Amino acid sequence: MAAMTKALPRRLVGLASLRAVSTSSMDTLPKQVKIVEVGPRDGLQNEKNIVSTPVKIKLIDMLSEAGLSVIEATSFVSPKWVPQMADHAEVLKGIQKFPGITYPVLTPNLKGFEAAVAAGAKEVSIFGAASELFTKKNINCSIEESFQRFDAILKAAQSANISVRGYVSCVLGCPYEGKISPAKVAEVTKKLYSMGCYEISLGDTIGVGTPGIMKDMLSAVMQEVPPAALAVHCHDTYGQALANTLMALQMGVSVVDSSVAGLGGCPYAQGASGNLATEDLVYMLEGLGIHTS
Amino acid sequence: MGNVPSAVKHCLSYQQLLREHLWIGDSVAGALDPAQISVLINLHCFQPYVSGFSVSLVGSVACIHWETSQLSGLPEFVKIVEVGPRDGLQNEKVIVPTDIKIEFINRLSQTGLSVIEVTSFVSSRWVPQMADHTEVMKGIHQYPGVRYPVLTPNLQGFHRAVAAGATEISVFGAASESFSKKNINCSIEESMGKFEEVVKSARHMNIPARGYVSCALGCPYEGIITPQKVTEVSKRLYSMGCYEISLGDTIGVGTPGSMKRMLESVMKEIPLGALAVHCHDTYGQALANILTALQMGINVVDSAVSGLGGCPYAKGASGNVATEDLIYMLNGLGLNTGVNLYKVMEAGDFICKAVNKTTNSKVAQASFNA
Repeated sequence: MAAMTKALPRRLVGLASLRAVSTSSMDTLPKQVKIVEVGPRDGLQNEKNIVSTPVKIKLIDMLSEAGLSVIEATSFVSPKWVPQMADHAEVLKGIQKFPGITYPVLTPNLKGFEAAVAAGAKEVSIFGAASELFTKKNINCSIEESFQRFDAILKAAQSANISVRGYVSCVLGCPYEGKISPAKVAEVTKKLYSMGCYEISLGDTIGVGTPGIMKDMLSAVMQEVPPAALAVHCHDTYGQALANTLMALQMGVSVVDSSVAGLGGCPYAQGASGNLATEDLVYMLEGLGIHTS
Repeated sequence: MGNVPSAVKHCLSYQQLLREHLWIGDSVAGALDPAQISVLINLHCFQPYVSGFSVSLVGSVACIHWETSQLSGLPEFVKIVEVGPRDGLQNEKVIVPTDIKIEFINRLSQTGLSVIEVTSFVSSRWVPQMADHTEVMKGIHQYPGVRYPVLTPNLQGFHRAVAAGATEISVFGAASESFSKKNINCSIEESMGKFEEVVKSARHMNIPARGYVSCALGCPYEGIITPQKVTEVSKRLYSMGCYEISLGDTIGVGTPGSMKRMLESVMKEIPLGALAVHCHDTYGQALANILTALQMGINVVDSAVSGLGGCPYAKGASGNVATEDLIYMLNGLGLNTGVNLYKVMEAGDFICKAVNKTTNSKVAQASFNA
């Protein structure tokens, strides 16, 4: 902007006073947004360097002290597939479990679920996809077969009084199929919800979505699943994450997944950025006068 | 998301790219030439998507069919004002050689952009990066249909600009007294006096003048800036003859709520068609703020290719919103810009290599492998 003088005095007003600026929220936005922190799992999973167990535990403990109410801790998946998550049991056992905070873990199958429960998990997540090809390449089965696997987990979780969160990948586009129809997303979401997932996180896995497409997708899904049971999980691969999240908020979604430091890259686009950064999300929400937890 | 094997590399096969969903944001009636297609295919995983776009190859020429899901209530066409060569480079530490600047601007001229802010006729003592303003202005190729505004902070700068061939100018006000004082060493009122001289002279010579209002959503010295103050300054600039007012979130502190409140106030006094937004991405809020502005009817947006420029008030911070990321969003929304995203990315790649920096554009990061 403007012609700048060379030596600028750096007396900047603190962020705290600037935050006081925007107390008016926009008309249809939720008053409160729950942030689901996925940095330790989704974020770290996509980082090349293997992070040591103590560092992972420290990260999660620090996040616990930040006021977040949901922190996805790890993934009970075979280390053959995801070496970064090989220490899942140690991490889950090693973290401090603060009261009022839940620490869900990924469980792709019954074996993972049982290992998770044995390690003390009280909440688990399962991952579906709105794309047949993605499901095939990712977990080597069709969408229908994946539902059968999930059903086993959900039944076991129900008996053990463990909550299950469902994820739907590729909701705004698939690296293999390209365009994904909102109807398909609605179908998969509805299925997971009816099977017993308390919340469904809709993920723009490769970050290709833009606000209009987010709106179309949510319009279709909201006809089948109540908005209060929905979350959005935006990747920032093309810089669209915050704008897409804003659109979701305008549509009535009040749960947003994000990753501290925008951790994680994208396995489908070398060099690309990863998840929506929690810091940037919190900045926007606070500026909008929305209470975060 | 999910359990992704770390071995997964690239996704869309050549067949996939040829079949459907190759989208590069060309203009509605545009077409890809074979050279572009082959380069695209060689770019690893370059496939920004938008639902509703399909590409069919007829012979060796691809035509893009436009079947978009347009968000209702948004403007149909958005004019992008490219400020990379001026606002972007101005904030870069490395002094860019004149010939590189000229080449950069010439490349931008071929992307479909209709307005490219070239340079600033400011004293080289204050802004060394812009010391070569005259040579740059004289050296660029002025393409028909493209406008090349330049900054002119005072009458002296204005005359120099005209002598160098400028046919459009910009003046920079601020909605903050402190910022005005520290930036151009005078009060807002005094600055308006100077600008009035410039704008009057410009109008006399039939030269359009664009007005900027800095600190529209917050000031590094004063903090809170009231929408009323922004409106007051904007109105001054508009009534003295500026054809368009660009409202700048200079330090990128704004969020959609503050953008909305500010615009609501300004729009009471200035017609929508005469307004633009200029968002910095210092706190990652730029696109969300721009979306808000679009939802309110704004259809002129400033941006800088590669998100050039840092922020002199926040060391290490990012700068302007990246033109590439902006175009990606606008195209995804089904809004026409007339700009070729691919060509913009090429220009961005050129300037980043020349300045030896990595791009700030996420689209470019995802599309060009290092």
